[in-house]
Amino acid sequence: MKWLRRLLLLIAVLLLLLLGRLFFGGGHQPTSPAMSKVTAAPLHDPALIARGEYLVTVGDCAGCHTAQGGAAFAGGRSLATPFGNIPVPNITPDRDTGLGNWSFEDFWQALHDGKGRHGELLYPAFSYTSYTKVTHDDALAMFAYLQSLPSVHLPSTAPTLEFPYSVRNSLAAWRALYFKEGVFKPDPNQSAQWNRGAYLVQGLGHCNECHAARDSLGGTPQDVHLTGGQIPQQNWYAPDLSTRQNGGLQGWSEQDIVDLLKTGQSSKGVAFGPMADVVTSSTQHMSGDDLRAMATYLGSLPARPSAPAEPSPFNATTLVQQGEKVYTQHCADCHGKDGNGVAGIYPPLNGNSSVTEPSGINATRAVLLGGFAPLTAANPRPYSMPPFAQKLSDGEVAAVVSYIRGSWANKAPAVLERDVSKYRQTPVD
Amino acid sequence: MNTNARLRFAMPIGAAVLLAATMLFATAANAADAPKISDTLQQRIVACTTCHGVHGEGTPGSGYFPRLAGKPAAYLARQMQDFQNGLRKYAPMEYTVRQLSPAYMQEIAEYFAAQQVPYSRSPLPPVSAATLQRGEQLVSKGDPARKIPACASCHGSQLTGVQPSTPGLVGLPYDYLSAQLGSWRTHTRGTVAPDCMAVIANRLGDSDITAVAAALASRQLPDDTHAQAAGSVTPPLPCGVLGATGDGT
Repeated sequence: MKWLRRLLLLIAVLLLLLLGRLFFGGGHQPTSPAMSKVTAAPLHDPALIARGEYLVTVGDCAGCHTAQGGAAFAGGRSLATPFGNIPVPNITPDRDTGLGNWSFEDFWQALHDGKGRHGELLYPAFSYTSYTKVTHDDALAMFAYLQSLPSVHLPSTAPTLEFPYSVRNSLAAWRALYFKEGVFKPDPNQSAQWNRGAYLVQGLGHCNECHAARDSLGGTPQDVHLTGGQIPQQNWYAPDLSTRQNGGLQGWSEQDIVDLLKTGQSSKGVAFGPMADVVTSSTQHMSGDDLRAMATYLGSLPARPSAPAEPSPFNATTLVQQGEKVYTQHCADCHGKDGNGVAGIYPPLNGNSSVTEPSGINATRAVLLGGFAPLTAANPRPYSMPPFAQKLSDGEVAAVVSYIRGSWANKAPAVLERDVSKYRQTPVD
Repeated sequence: MNTNARLRFAMPIGAAVLLAATMLFATAANAADAPKISDTLQQRIVACTTCHGVHGEGTPGSGYFPRLAGKPAAYLARQMQDFQNGLRKYAPMEYTVRQLSPAYMQEIAEYFAAQQVPYSRSPLPPVSAATLQRGEQLVSKGDPARKIPACASCHGSQLTGVQPSTPGLVGLPYDYLSAQLGSWRTHTRGTVAPDCMAVIANRLGDSDITAVAAALASRQLPDDTHAQAAGSVTPPLPCGVLGATGDGT
């Protein structure tokens, strides 16, 4: 039935293109800095720049806009997506290759409305689906900070997207499906702290960009909020963030959330994979008030429906027995026979949402890659876990991961040897 | 009503208190059962030692995981930094060190630099006497016609390295040495510009790489395997790792 799927995809794509033509209005003239309503003087205000630096850190702009080993905010790397590679632009104030000729109006149009200086539709690898909620004042502070950076001359490359995604106008249809423009509106029935948390989580924090599943067009339906999902290309599973019944963080206190974001670990688990980078470069620098606000908001996410008990695709008894042996030999010395870890040093595996998340990817890759807990001001010399990729076969990794996913209080299904083989090959960046 | 709810409903307060007390006790007992973890750097860096050995001895048998013991600390710290910056490419290393701070990397580098473990010999491929002779020539004299300096001119007269940033070569396995020279040519190993070793590796022919790696790996170890003192050699090429800017010779 492959041909049928292909045909349907082709029809869908053609429809999108058609819709794109209908929706897209056309060109737009950039506003030059000289014509901007925001004059240069207020942009040089040190207090505004300092606030902008904090907000740019909260948004972890450097996470994408800085290449490995490259100059800060100068772009120069590509983001891999299922649709092709999208280059990350230089956002330093270089006139030729950065934002040097941008006015605040241009910046606002990009951040708030997902459109470039000339009105071109931006690829949503730039998470304007979230940033649209950022207030005008905050955006101004961010702009002031970015304009205060040292200029770096580094041209962007062109996107290497497959047809039809290479046609920017097709994004008009994508936007109609997945993008709702609008600054965050506080909920008057909630506390100021809750509203601050919601603003940060939904807006600059852009948590939903990873912590929700994307569909086949790379979008997240607008009613799907922080329910967890596999990150495309990177192949990590960003868990559901509800702390209530059946939530991915079930049993986490607000303090646990604050601890993880501030120090990289909590009594419930440790950040690893892409979240470790987020903690190190972004959340550890956030104020206690903002972290507590985010925790308050996340704590209010509703309970989730219980997942239907999935029948194991095969009889895992032998696999799990083998896994227990591997566990005793290689894991128990640090994580304990009871899977409860060592407080403040090695995370518990018992009841750990990273172990029991639906896909099994996280536990599998953590076993293969090992690595250090996030390095933060609170934990400058973190402990580490050995990688096991060079030591254990795919079968042994499948066995031990199946064992920890189904032991103690954990009730997650077994993983297959062929999945381990797949994730062994996943590039790390 | 499900079983849980019925249980909760029916549970007398006394039983609840008793249960809570038991749970408290159980938690305390569990904590006592928790593994004892020592607060040492060695324990913190098991991600490193699982491959490189507790004392940085590497895997001389296979040559796959290099020895770290006794290499100059600044050299080791530089390698971690190069992995972070993508100048040296090896996914497991890039992942492991990607977040480490300069201070922590320095501490880890100093740990391995201070380790003293005997070298073990690694297997050599079958090479002809002529190949070994060519290799020995490259090691101690270089090939001036092709502007290839002798290994010894930078890595020390006994090939034991030079403080602070030049590693020793003697005692390293053939497979490791030839793989590194190859990776300089394929740009999977690099360092800050000017990258003198990349220049030299590209002047070596394929057979030269075999020859020089075999000659180094078959050399007798000197009695003193410590790196020579800083400033005891004058490198013939500008090297970024030594602080040279590249506009010199």
